[in-house]
This record gives sequence, structure tokens and C-alpha cells, in this order.
Amino acid sequence: MGPPVRAFKLLALLPLSLLLAGCEMVVMNPSGDIAVRQRDLILVSTALMLLIIIPVIALTLLFAWRYRASNKEAKYDPDWHHSTSLEVVIWAAPLVIIIALGAITWVSTHLLDPYRPLERLDANRAIPENVKPLEVQAVALDWKWLFFYPEYGVATVNELAAPVDRPITFKLTSSTVMNSFYVPALAGMIYAMPGMETKLHAVINKAGDYEGFSANYSGAGFSNMRFRFHGLDDAGFDAWIAKAKEANATLDRAGYTELEQPSIADPVKRWSAVEDGLYDAVLNRCVDRAKMCVKDMMAADKRGGGGREGVNNVIAFEQTRPDGTTAKKRFVSAVSCTTDAPRDGLTVEAPLPAPLGRRADASSTTAVAFARAEDTSERPSARSPE
Amino acid sequence: MTPAPTSESVLFGKLTFAALPFHEPILIATFAAVAIGGVGVLGAMTYYRVWGVLWRDWLTSIDHKKIGIMYVVLGLIMLLRGFADAVMMRIQQAIAHGGAEGYLPPHHYDQIFTAHGVIMIFFVAMPLVTGLMNYVVPLQIGARDVAFPFLNNFSFWMTAGGAILVMASLFIGEFAATGWLAYPPLSGIHASPGVGVDYYIWALQIAGVGTLLSGVNLVATIVKMRAPGMTMMRMPVFTWTALCTNVLIVAAFPVLTAVLALLSLDRYVGTAFFTNDFGGSAMMYVNLIWIWGHPEVYILILPAFGIFSEVVSTYCGKRLFGYASMVYATVVITILSYLVWLHHFFTMGSGASVNSFFGITTMIISIPTGAKIFNWLFTMYRGRIRFDVPMLWTISFMVTFVIGGMTGVLLAVPPADFVLHNSLFLIAHFHNVIIGGVLFGLFAGITYWFPKAFGFKLDPFWGKVSFWCWTIGFYIAFMPLYVLGLMGVTRRMSKFEDPSLQIWFVIAALGAALIAAGIAAFLWQLFVSFQKRESLLDVTGDPWDGRTLEWSTSSPPPAYNFAFTPVVHDLDAWHDMKKRGYVRPTEGFIPIHMPKNTWAGIVLAGISVVCGFALVWHIWWLVAASFALLLATVILHTFNYARDFHIPASEVIETERARTRLLASAKA
Amino acid sequence: MTATTFEAAHKDAALEKPDDGRVFFLKTEHHPENGTLLGFWIYLMSDCLIFAVLFACYGVLGRNYAAGPSGKDLFDLGLVALNTTFLLFSSITYGFAMLEMAKNRVGTTLFWLGVTGVFGAAFLGVELYEFHHLIHEGATPQRSAFLSSFFALVGTHGLHVTFGMIWLVTLMFQVAQRGLIPENRRRLLCLSMFWHFLDVVWIGVFTFVYLMGTL
Repeated sequence: MGPPVRAFKLLALLPLSLLLAGCEMVVMNPSGDIAVRQRDLILVSTALMLLIIIPVIALTLLFAWRYRASNKEAKYDPDWHHSTSLEVVIWAAPLVIIIALGAITWVSTHLLDPYRPLERLDANRAIPENVKPLEVQAVALDWKWLFFYPEYGVATVNELAAPVDRPITFKLTSSTVMNSFYVPALAGMIYAMPGMETKLHAVINKAGDYEGFSANYSGAGFSNMRFRFHGLDDAGFDAWIAKAKEANATLDRAGYTELEQPSIADPVKRWSAVEDGLYDAVLNRCVDRAKMCVKDMMAADKRGGGGREGVNNVIAFEQTRPDGTTAKKRFVSAVSCTTDAPRDGLTVEAPLPAPLGRRADASSTTAVAFARAEDTSERPSARSPE
Repeated sequence: MTPAPTSESVLFGKLTFAALPFHEPILIATFAAVAIGGVGVLGAMTYYRVWGVLWRDWLTSIDHKKIGIMYVVLGLIMLLRGFADAVMMRIQQAIAHGGAEGYLPPHHYDQIFTAHGVIMIFFVAMPLVTGLMNYVVPLQIGARDVAFPFLNNFSFWMTAGGAILVMASLFIGEFAATGWLAYPPLSGIHASPGVGVDYYIWALQIAGVGTLLSGVNLVATIVKMRAPGMTMMRMPVFTWTALCTNVLIVAAFPVLTAVLALLSLDRYVGTAFFTNDFGGSAMMYVNLIWIWGHPEVYILILPAFGIFSEVVSTYCGKRLFGYASMVYATVVITILSYLVWLHHFFTMGSGASVNSFFGITTMIISIPTGAKIFNWLFTMYRGRIRFDVPMLWTISFMVTFVIGGMTGVLLAVPPADFVLHNSLFLIAHFHNVIIGGVLFGLFAGITYWFPKAFGFKLDPFWGKVSFWCWTIGFYIAFMPLYVLGLMGVTRRMSKFEDPSLQIWFVIAALGAALIAAGIAAFLWQLFVSFQKRESLLDVTGDPWDGRTLEWSTSSPPPAYNFAFTPVVHDLDAWHDMKKRGYVRPTEGFIPIHMPKNTWAGIVLAGISVVCGFALVWHIWWLVAASFALLLATVILHTFNYARDFHIPASEVIETERARTRLLASAKA
Repeated sequence: MTATTFEAAHKDAALEKPDDGRVFFLKTEHHPENGTLLGFWIYLMSDCLIFAVLFACYGVLGRNYAAGPSGKDLFDLGLVALNTTFLLFSSITYGFAMLEMAKNRVGTTLFWLGVTGVFGAAFLGVELYEFHHLIHEGATPQRSAFLSSFFALVGTHGLHVTFGMIWLVTLMFQVAQRGLIPENRRRLLCLSMFWHFLDVVWIGVFTFVYLMGTL
């Protein structure tokens, strides 16, 4: 950002800072580079718009005062209603501002696209050659956050940590309804939606203990759907991982299914190990092996569906609803069933055998009939109408 | 397979005594108050024998003026309900900090914010806007009524029917706890198995029929029924904005109807449009609902822009500056409002190019909007501004609205939206434009046209009290929300961990209290004005030195509006007539052809409400019966061919002579 | 239409003449043009948007078979061709009815309206048979998003035809009762627009759903 931009920033900051001294505005004072750049964008845009807003407000009040009926000094011209040059100005002035703002928008939206890998640690530092981004897979559950750290094999609930100055790549999904993953100090938010994967790239530049939460209303436990985000130095992060390793518990499919049940204000939980491919199974909605994975379903659909015999490829389970009651819910079955052998009433604990060899096993990506799976992870929905 | 096998009785469906909120003291008290008040009102009406008058002159009336007034009354009543919800939220958020739970459990709180949004948009802003358009547009274009008077009555009762269904949810069962747009999968049958979302769906569907038909009606009215000489570019600006608004209604509401129908199929039949499984796409719903939802914002604000245009030029005693550019700006906004819907969900992971496209189209809307602001500004320039209450609202609007517009454009920058989306900053923004724009406009319009509708002006003192309470209250209530948004506080929270937030919520609650005083002052103003109506009387029919045709007839206008259809030569037709020494005709009156009142509108809407209620509670026999009855009634109604009559010349002569006497007494 | 135009009013009305001779009101009753056909047209366009949404849904969800059957597996083009023929013929016969109405012949107008009704009923019969067959096979609206959007689109069209039929029968009664009076002519014109509109929508359904789904 050049000097004029910085001047704008100061201009906008001055009244703001006077107004809001003594109040902790995390969005205006974040600790991660992406959020800092988003903050800068807010300031620049605001300053640009104030160029037109302030004169308008001032003129409104001025004209209202000057041309009050009791002021007989002021000129009264009841038929004056047109001036081409003035018309040009009143259309051109907002146009110029919007052209400037539009250009800024186009550039910044591409540069700050949450899907775009980071190019720098902060304004002055590039990303060192040998640094690999920390990958975090986040799942929004009713009503808590589950985080996987594939590099370290650990998982946590309602607590997130990352080393300072190491890029983080978030991959996000949700188990039931839409949520939004937001750590204001770190970076802007992104939705977490069931059956789809969104991405977010960010980096934290200052060590600290920050707030994170769901920023999209998701039901009764929403207000408690919060977690702490710890920005730690390398040693601190290693210690944090070690603490998770101490938990000495493995999060497997059965454990996940239990965790997935609606609950409010869960304490922090840690797992030292995670069953292979669990996140992928969550994303593809097939933690229960009896259900067909979304990617397999999409691959099958791409080939023209499951044919007439596919109509019976449906199973139903009792599922807990957010209000705690249960109801039968239907799913596409992982295996092809015939009308003679309906698969209703299967339980989670009794996954199906795979008699037809068409079982979609999320833990292995080979040798299954539906395995020409497309990668569903590029954009949140291959099916969204963009 | 039908979802959620629950115990449903054949006779009452899902409806049991458990649906009545005996365990909710707040609701019981409210119900008791409503019941006692209701019985009192009904009793008084019976005592004073007003039922016959009410039925003949109001409920079955097809007079656009009476329907307009009924719309406004409906809007104001629902404003009280919607505002009560707002106050409950403000109190909850002001006390639930640092471990305190507040007084509302999440399930109740979530219904309140959903109901607040739904009621304020659909049953406050929409009826008020439609009511003013209904009342004013035919008068402004010199017509005797709207194009389809029966349809107009039916539209009103359908809107009222939707409101009744929402109100019923307060005491029988529950309302949706999903947010006002009911995004699936949260609004799906699995996550929301109760009747709340069904109330939401059927209330909006029933009211939506009314809104759509009223849109068709007003478009046809404006296109076909303008007085001779009133070309498109001689239409008053309010009529222009009404035309654009109704075009938007016709082109947006079907989308809402369709998307809610699909959601109800998901819930009732178990289809897979917006489900997580079976290939459904919840994002499809989000796109569709906003394809309706964004134009809806302009449906509300455009008529307000029209009102401000009329008010500014009247009270500045000056022709509107840049009429043509005002019209083009309105049309451009109308078109652009369809190209911006995705800015409501930049954060759902669309690509950067898609996001920037929708961000930039959104910003482009601010250009014609900015031009409009300048047009009002330069109408004030070299004017003689009288600071009557409508003008105060207008000036307050101009200052407040540009702030809301600025934060709106800020939210249209996708990366900025990433940190502000769904935050209280967003809440502050849209209240800033909806209160500062739509509501201020409606109050300006109500005060401006009140003497036209009732023959006496509103008391200015209490009008100013209301104005200052609203304006200052708005700033105190919503500026803290901007700050809270920048502190990273998100919307729809029922409690907060961080105690440092509390002070801002307390300030906001005080602002809401001031707004409550503003509403009370408005109601008191109505009462006081009625008491003092003799001294506030408007005998001329033109109390503000108006410029458009509605001020050329008496206040209130006769049923036929104009004894003779006016001929228009100028944009400010009435101003032109006054300037050129127009003399009011006092003889040569002829019989006037008018439409007849009908019972059909209120009866059809009543049956629709029963059908909707039966659908909500799965009372299938009643659904079938009421639907069959609905169909039969419609068919029966089509056999009525005697839909019009002539007001005899003698009656016209009598009405006009009375006015002549009144005008003479005013001069004397 | 007996619309008094501005110019006509200028000539034959006794007028108040202020200083510059401008006329400010009509002394005869002003009859604005009847807006029914315009209003109904606007309504049809709004209805068209409902179909647009359903088409969009089909466009987005129409390939999401959820590993179930696709259009290729399910649709019987021969049946749909027959169906389409019925509906197209019903439009033609409605046209004949309108021609007869123009000639002011009540009997033949009613005859062609009746034929239209028979074709409409045949169309609905075939559609119901198709739906019944699909559901019987297990291809229910619940099975996949594709089937949901298929049933919603085609079913909404069918529902429109059903209401058109009810309207048609009602109107036939009214024409028989009161003859081809202006009100009935206007109603027949509205129904005519409605009927042809449904035909146009069906052509879209036939092309996008059936042809593109199977070929």
C-alpha cells in the first residue's frame, strides 16, 4: 500500500480512534496478517466514502439552515429545477468514488480470497522457503467445534492452536447445519456446511489467547458454540501437541458418532490419535459405513446414476435431532440392495457387510465400485449455482 | 416415507393441549392482556352497534382509500408486536453477560428474533408501504380507484390473514427458531421438527398471495388509469417509485412463493431439494431466497424515496430538482437490485471473481442512490423550507441514510464482509437503512397524507416529540451495535461471555427505550389530534400547499375521488392548476360509475387462514375441507356479474355542494 | 372499448377555460382502458417466474440422482410425445373456440371449449398414469433431488392444467348461461392466455426435462 493509502488510513483512524478510545475492537486491531489487511481495506474504503458522505451531510444541514422559511435573506427560486452541469457532477462524483472502490474491491477480493494460499507472513516478511503450512480440518458439530491436526494425528474439541508465523490451511465442513468459522483476530470468516468443504488460509503473527466462534446461527446451542484459539510460539505449540498426545485416546468412527450428538457448552476434549480417514468420512457424510459417501454418490451420478435398481438403495436410521428427540432419517445406502432385501432399521453399530463389492470404504480410496470419486473439496459445492 | 412419525390424531393432527403455552408466564400474561383487551374492544363495538358499519363500510369495502387505511392500521398494530420483540431482545442482551443467562431461554429467544425480522419486514414495512401506495397512487394519477378493486380488498385480507397466522403462533404452538430467512438444513424437518417453521411458511405464503396480487393491481392501475395528459414523464415521483416497486414485487415474490413451496415439500413430503442427503443443495435455497430478498429491500425503500421526493418539493415550495434523473435513478435501481443477491453470502466460499462481480454491482447501486440524495439536496437549495414534521423526518433521513449507505457499501467489499458478515455491524447497517430510510419515510408519508385521509392534520407538537425520540433513540440504539460489530460480536446470540461488552448493550437498550417513547408519542399524537381535530381541520383539501393531484380534491376525498377527471399539463399538476387560476367546477355533475363492495375478499382470506392453520397442524381433513370450500367460493364469486353501480348525479351534487359551503366558510 | 381519448374529450366537453385556455378537467365520464388483459398478462409473467425457479432447480439438481435412477432409466418418450400432442391439440382447439367467439356463435364456441377440455383431461390422465407408474417403481419424489425437482416441475405444470380445467368448465357454464357477453369474452381471453402459456411452459418441460434427459 502506497503513501496515499496510508494517508487515508490516518485520516479515517483519527475520528475513529478518538471516538472509540478504551474499547477493545478486535476487528480494528487484529493479530493475523489476513485480518490486518481486511482491517486496512475497511479503513481505506471508509475514507474513500467519507469523501462524499461528509460533504453531503454538511450540505444537508447547511441548506436546511440557510433556506429555512424564516430566512428572507436567502434567495428563493421556486422554478429552478434543472442544471445540466450540476447533474453531471452529482452522477459523476459517486461514479468516480465507485470506480476507485470497485478497482480496490476487484484486487483485494482476489488477493484476500480465503482459498488463495498465503504469499507472505506480514507486510514485511515473505514466507520462509522450508515452512509447510499447518493443516487444520475443522468440523462444526451441534454445538461445538472439532479440529483435526492431520500432521500430528491429534484432535481437539473447542480448542484450537497454531504456531505464530506459520501459515495455516483450514479445511472446513459441518455435520448437520450451516455454521461459520470465525476467529476475528486471525482472519475473516468462512461458512462450514454439511457435505461440502470450504477453505481458509491464514496466519497468526502475535502470540496470544483469542476468541473463535460460529458466526452463523445454528440452533439452540449457538450462543455457546465458542472456542479458544491459542497463538503459540514453536515451543508452546509443541507442548500443546504433547498435551493432546497425553490424552491417550483414539477418536474413531464410533467415538465420532457419539461426539456428534447435540450438546451445549462442551469442555475442551483432546485425542492423541484419530482413525484414518475420519475427516474425509465426515466430509462425505459416511462415518457410518452403511451410508454412501457423497463423493461416491457424485461419481455414480456423473456416470448416470444407479439405474432402476438404485431406487431401493435407501436405508433409514433413528437419528437424534437437535432438540434431543429421535426420528427416523433416510440415507442412500452404501451398497446396492434388492427389493427382496430391504435394509431398513440397520444400526450404527452394525455396519453392513459388502456382499456386492460396491461398498464405499472411506478409509481406502481404491478397489471400490464407486471409487472414481471426484474431489468434492475444491469449492463448497459442485452443485451450487454460481 | 413421511418424516418424523409422531403421534397425530385424525381429528386434531399434531394439535394438543400441550401446544398451548401454559408453562410460559410471559406468554400467558400477554395472552391474558390480549384476550381481555380483545373482549373489551369487541364488547364496546357491540355496545355501540358498529358491526354493521364496520362490515359495510370497511371490511367489505373495495375503496382504495379505505383499504389503504386498513393496511396502515395493520402495519401499525404489527409494529407494536414487532417492537415488543425488539425490546425483549434488547433486555435479554443487556443482562445476559458473564455467565448470566438472562430471562429468555435460547428456544424462546430464537423465536423472538425470528418473529421480529419476519413481522417487521412482512407485516409492518410491507403493509405500511402498500397502504400508502394504495391510498395515494390513484389520487395522484387522477383515477377513481385501482384497476381491480375486488382484488385489492382480497390482497389486503390475505396480508392480514398472514399476520393473523403469525400472531396465532404466539399462543398456539411456537414460531420458527431459524432466523427470518429460515435457511435449511436448520429449517428442515430433522433440525426443526416443530410447527414453528410451518407457521412461518404458511403465513408468508398467504400474505405473499396478497402482496403479489396487489403488485399486479397497482402496476395495471399506473399503466392504464392515469388521467388524460399524464404521460409517463409527468407522473409524480411517488407514483414512479410505486410503479418500480410493484414491478419488483411482481418479479420477486413468485421466487419466494416457489422457494417456500419447495421448502414445504421437503418438510411435508420428504423431498430432497435442500437436504444434506439425496443430492439436495441447501445453497440453492440461500441463492433463491436472496433473489427474492434483495429486491425486497428495494421494494421497501423505493416508495420511501418517493415520499421524500414529494415532501422535499412541497415543503421547500419548489419544483423537484432533476426530475428526469430521479426517474432514471429509480429505474436503474430497480434493474440493478436483481444483480446483487450474492452479496448476502460472500462468506459461503464463492470464487473471488464471483464475489467481486456481486460486490461491484452492489456498489454501482450507490451511484443512482447518491444522485437521488443530491437531487433532494438541490431541491432544498434556493427553497423556502418549512420545517413541518414530514420535512424533519426527511432531513433526518438524509443524514442517517447516507451513513447506512456507507456501511452498506463497506459490507459490499467482500474481504471487509468476511470480518463483518453476520456481525452486529451488519445489524446496525440494515437497521440504519430500514429505520433511517423506510421507517422515517413512512412516518413522513403518514404525517404528510394524514390530513388528506382524515380531514385534519396531526398535532405537530407530539409529532416532533415522536420525531426526536425516534431519531435520537435510533442513534443511541444502533451506533453501539456498529462498535460491537467491530469488537467481533456476532448476531443472534442470547448470551455473552465477555463482560466488557455489556455497557454497549445497555446503551443500546436505552436507545430502544427512547424509540419506545417515540412510538408512544406517535400513538398519543393520534389521540391528541383526534381530540383537537376541530382546530387542526383541513377544509381546503390542500393543507401544505401541495403540488400533485391528490391535493386538488377534498380532505377526505369523496368515494369517487374526483367529481370530474382532471386533465394534466405539467409534472406538478395541481401546482400548475393553482398557478393558472383553475376554478373548481360547481355544476354539470354527472352520475359516476363505481365498483360495488364485496364479501368475497374477507371470506376467501378467512378460509385461507383456516387452511393454513390446518396445514401447520397436519389436520388433513380440515385442509381438504377448507381447500374445497375455498375453490367453491371462488367459483361462486365468479357467478356474480353485478359488480358495479352508478353514484347518482344528485348524490355527487350534494357532496360537491357541501364542499363548496365548506370552502366558503374557510374563506369567510 | 369505449375509451374516451384526451383529444375527443377536448372537442365535445364543455370546459372551464382559465387565462391561457388550458383545460383542467373532463366534463364527461372518463373511461380508462380496461386493465384486465394487462393485469392478467402481468400475473402470467409472475407465474412464469415460478416456473423459472422450478426450471432452475431442475437445472441445478437434475443430475443429482443420489445413485438412483436417472431420466434415461425412467422416461418413456413415446408416452410423453402422446401427452405433448394432447396438450398442443388442446391449444389449437382453444384457438378454434376463440375464432367462433369472434363470430359470436355460442354453440360452436362451447363445442370447441369442450374439445379443449377433453384434450386437457387426456393430458392430465397420461401425466397421472406416468406419475403413478414412477412411484410404483419406487422412483418417488423422495428418492433423489433429481426426482424431487422433476416431480415439482412437472407436477406444478399439471396442477396449473388442473386449475385451467376447473376454470374452463366454470366458464362453459357461464357462457351457456349468459352467452358471449363482454365479461365472458374477457374471461375467455384470459383463459386463452393462460392455456397457451401452459402450452409454452410444457414445450420447455418437454425439451429440457424429457428430451435432454433421455437423448
